[in-house]
Amino acid sequence: MNKEPLFRMSRRESIGIGKQILIYVLALFLALVVCAGVIFLLVRMNPIDVYKAMFDGALGTKRRTWITIRDLLVLLCIAVGLAPAFKMRFWNIGAEGQILIGGLVSAALMINIADKIPNTVLLVLMLIGSAAGGLVWGLIPTFFKAKWKTNETLFTLMLNYVAMQIVTYCIVFWENPKGSNSVGIINQKTRAGWLPEVLGNDYFWNIVIVLVLTVFMFIYLKYSKQGYEVAVVGESERTARYAGISVKKVMLRTMSLSGAICGIAGFILVSGAGHTISTSTAGGRGFTAIIVAWLARFNTIAMVLISFGIVFMQKGAIQIASQYGLNENASDVLLGIILFFIIGAEFFIKYKIERNHRQEGK
Amino acid sequence: MGVLIVFIQKAIVQGMGILFGALGEILTEKSGNLNLGIPGIMYMGGIAGLMGAFFYERGSASPNPVVGMLISLLCAFACAVIGGLIYSVLTISLRANQNVTGLALTIFGTGFGNFFGGSVSKLAGGVGQISVSTTASAYRARIPVLSELPVVGDVLFSYGFLTYFALVAAVAMSFFLFRTRRGLNLRAVGENPATADAAGINVTKYKYLATCIGAGIAGLGGLYFVMEYSGGTWTDNGFGDRGWLAVALVIFAMWKPLNAIWGSILFGALYILYLYIPGLGRSMQEVFKALPYLVTIIVLVITSFRKKKENQPPAGLGVPYFREER
Repeated sequence: MNKEPLFRMSRRESIGIGKQILIYVLALFLALVVCAGVIFLLVRMNPIDVYKAMFDGALGTKRRTWITIRDLLVLLCIAVGLAPAFKMRFWNIGAEGQILIGGLVSAALMINIADKIPNTVLLVLMLIGSAAGGLVWGLIPTFFKAKWKTNETLFTLMLNYVAMQIVTYCIVFWENPKGSNSVGIINQKTRAGWLPEVLGNDYFWNIVIVLVLTVFMFIYLKYSKQGYEVAVVGESERTARYAGISVKKVMLRTMSLSGAICGIAGFILVSGAGHTISTSTAGGRGFTAIIVAWLARFNTIAMVLISFGIVFMQKGAIQIASQYGLNENASDVLLGIILFFIIGAEFFIKYKIERNHRQEGK
Repeated sequence: MGVLIVFIQKAIVQGMGILFGALGEILTEKSGNLNLGIPGIMYMGGIAGLMGAFFYERGSASPNPVVGMLISLLCAFACAVIGGLIYSVLTISLRANQNVTGLALTIFGTGFGNFFGGSVSKLAGGVGQISVSTTASAYRARIPVLSELPVVGDVLFSYGFLTYFALVAAVAMSFFLFRTRRGLNLRAVGENPATADAAGINVTKYKYLATCIGAGIAGLGGLYFVMEYSGGTWTDNGFGDRGWLAVALVIFAMWKPLNAIWGSILFGALYILYLYIPGLGRSMQEVFKALPYLVTIIVLVITSFRKKKENQPPAGLGVPYFREER
């Protein structure tokens, strides 16, 4: 009856950074082997060639590299926004909606008041407006969570779709040309409300904004008193209350910050990348960023690496798709497989597995 | 009158796919697992069923609708169970975070569906060319005699067998959860796994089984859309946001399968209501489309401040259970 299992596992007390990296590299390697198998089964292509093509798709030309960087920045920005919420164990699944509302505010300003005020003022207004939009959208579920403990995972999830419908609602009024059911490129001629190019680079401001936010968040979470309070609430609400921290206040404050940064991501997407607004402006990035923020364990620097990895994969997969006539949804399949392995790898970082030594006799 | 009948019919047709998804998710959530991979799993079920039928019809000289139906049913269920198994291994055995794993599974499953959907379409000769009409005819077959009755026949008996199967499944699940010993055990696992464990219930086994079977049931929702709703064809992202509606319905039904039945029809009705209100501008139509989500939010808020015990989410929902870390 009392059969002893072959292996036993125990929580690791600590783990060296080298070993941690080794485990992740191993997981990534295994994931790529599985992906290669899948690719081979599907297209009978040499997987090495396929990976070469992926590299080419993500970083092959200067233009492609910049697009990779552009998308990396947006993903990073959202993940940075989500980090404090998750650290507080507040499951903000609503980044998608917060981005859309932020982007919507930007688009509204670009369309309606671009010709009435100077461009710099417009851009500043857009930045603030988007942040405010995301903030409000993030605060709604937080208010209910703080007051009645309403489940925030499900609430924020639902708000994504409400935001989407608000966007389609507005598109009806803004559509250009009429009847196209899309907004088109906003202010294509005047470029009003577009983040201006600096030193011949379209994405200069994107880089500046996201880097500032990333560094700010790193310092905020690690060295500020507020960041510490976030960590305490995340570890245990009871401890926080005992220590005299107002959980409600921390929750509202942290989600304001989180929502505002996601709103800014919407601003970047509209003003600094797409110059348009649609329901796919967020395009699932809000969900992908959740995985980024979680895997990086709220360490903003690790987020840069993981965001890069994911965007690289996506761009690469689009390239193999067009090069080998594969359907471009292959990228999501491959990304999914890689994520499964990386998520699974976390277990081996937290726990160690040892073989049980058999007792004498049987 | 005629319009009303059509409206009810359409609402039920829209609702049944969501009902399958919600039933699967209810079973899963009762074990304490919040599987946000359900939208992806529905895609996996849908495409696997379609591919099963497609290759059967291609390979056989005179395909038999019933055989095609059984093959697609089996493929859809099996593929969706694999999706559930991936989730279970990661969250139960490897103790990964449920939300993150679920979202990754949705990314994977949606891609999986669209990828194979696109590829099979290509095999079939181009976009929109894939069609398994023989198999779909089995899914769309109506009950003879009864469906010809006026009004009653249209409202109650004009659907394929999956619709009635969904209703039976909901009743059976309700009976299982609230009237059997195993159902009680499962709910105990979802409410308080530590206590269940102490009472000698195999927590891991219950979680695995509930999650995998739940995924299989949700996969049938995907199959329903492909076979009965779309008549055996595939469009990329064809389910739209219905997978998330299924997750919403679980909350709306307050984790009770019987509530999910009328809830699904209500959701279906809300989903298409904008088509039936005369004089609605295009912009107002979009507002109406947000109704299912708004209604869900309202239910969520109301249940959270009424605090009635039997209407709450399972207490252990989303909380991982590790015996040695209590």
